[in-house]
Amino acid sequence: MSTLSAVLRSTLAKDLRMEWRSKDAINSMLFFALLVVVIFSFSFSPTAEESRQIAGGLIWVAFLFAAVVALNQTWARELRNQVLDAYRVSPAPANSLFLAKAIGNFIFVGVLEVLMAPLFVVFYNLRPVGPAWQLGLVGALATWALVVNGTFFAAMSIRTRSREVMLPLILFPISIPALLAMVESTTAILTGDASPVFWINLLAVYDVVFTTACLLLFETVLNAE
Amino acid sequence: MKFLYAAYAATWIIHIVYLVYLSRGYARVREEARELQQGRSRSTD
Amino acid sequence: MRTKLTILGLIALALLSYGLYQALVAAPTEQTMGDVQRIFYYHVPSAWTAFLLFFCNFIASAIYLLNRSQRSDAFALATAEVGVVFCTVVLVTGPIWAKPVWGIWWTWDARLTTTLILWLIYVSYLMLRRYSSGGQTPVLAAALAIFGFIDVPIVYFSIRYFRTQHPQPVIAGAEGSGIDPLMMKALMINWLAFIVFGAIVVWLRYKLERARQQVEEAHALREEQSLEQPRVDKPAVDARAS
Repeated sequence: MSTLSAVLRSTLAKDLRMEWRSKDAINSMLFFALLVVVIFSFSFSPTAEESRQIAGGLIWVAFLFAAVVALNQTWARELRNQVLDAYRVSPAPANSLFLAKAIGNFIFVGVLEVLMAPLFVVFYNLRPVGPAWQLGLVGALATWALVVNGTFFAAMSIRTRSREVMLPLILFPISIPALLAMVESTTAILTGDASPVFWINLLAVYDVVFTTACLLLFETVLNAE
Repeated sequence: MKFLYAAYAATWIIHIVYLVYLSRGYARVREEARELQQGRSRSTD
Repeated sequence: MRTKLTILGLIALALLSYGLYQALVAAPTEQTMGDVQRIFYYHVPSAWTAFLLFFCNFIASAIYLLNRSQRSDAFALATAEVGVVFCTVVLVTGPIWAKPVWGIWWTWDARLTTTLILWLIYVSYLMLRRYSSGGQTPVLAAALAIFGFIDVPIVYFSIRYFRTQHPQPVIAGAEGSGIDPLMMKALMINWLAFIVFGAIVVWLRYKLERARQQVEEAHALREEQSLEQPRVDKPAVDARAS
């Protein structure tokens, strides 16, 4: 257990430090999310009332697309410098590597969300009608739902011939229920029309189920040769 | 009735298209196996 | 093998023709929907067969992760691909039924959407298999198959809560539901026929994949030999990449 947390901490610290110095992932994600927001409002040109209705979907679609940018970079650097091969032969538990990468992505996407949230409020005149603290809970659960599977599938897609293209192709179909849950709960909170409780529970179940599956299968996938 | 026949026809068209795809796969594998055999006899010469 | 296949093919042909007769002639006409309802005898058995094949794919993938045998991998691929074919049949016959009955081709209700997502998941599985190369493909595919399979109940419950418009389960559903015994007979015969037919196609696909695996192995073996003896000209292996 102690090696697990030690490896986890050092890998996470390394990734955060590298991101802090280069700001590659966060810059590209931010700009990408911004583009999605602008393009969506041009495509639909919603009125104030409509924008409240569609904002939940818009926010999460933007974050989903932006997250793919960060997720694709997760393993690329490690693959280039043969770090993954080193990991395979080292006795360090594979799950600590996975958790470090997933938590790192969680932080990146979380920072993106915090930075983008004011922009959405301004562009779409948002004001939560329901309890606002639930938005934070939905945000955390939904981000984890995206990054846990995303990190796992990125480790898979990096090994295929088409690399970056493959990740959304395998991630999006599996993520549809999570996407539905995050969109519905956010819309419910923003409009106050319905209760988001069912959807928050669904997100929690999704998180637990797929975190377990990732931890059980990651070592197999890492060592696949 | 038109819809009924359309549905039944569509079902079998899909299955037949897949079977044709399968038979082409068989032809390709057979071809490759033949090439492999020829290559082997050449290399043992 | 060939004679077994022929016998199985004849059984399937007989069952399918009998099923067709049952569906088009013997089964009574439904009162409200009329003859269009007869699509039911192809639509529902195809759906059940597809679900059965996806379940087999899950089992085969799990077994592959345990024993790493090429046979279970070939079986997983065969069931997934044939399952996608049956799922396509469901998704094509569904709208053809919906149009005259509901007046629309498609609606985002629970079971339609679940089937569509199931189709998407297994198409992505097949794409992963196609676009990854080397010996790691089966492991990655098996992992994705397990993820896809555990996703299905979550998809179903989320979308059922979202909205539902599909006819309620008529068989073993709520009280008061139920169908004419003759309809049931036609349904079951067609299901049996589709299972036999599906088994034949899976078998053919499985044999094809095994043959392909063997050709690939022979290629790899030869490459090794040509590395040991650099004097021998390397044969063209372009076809392998496709």
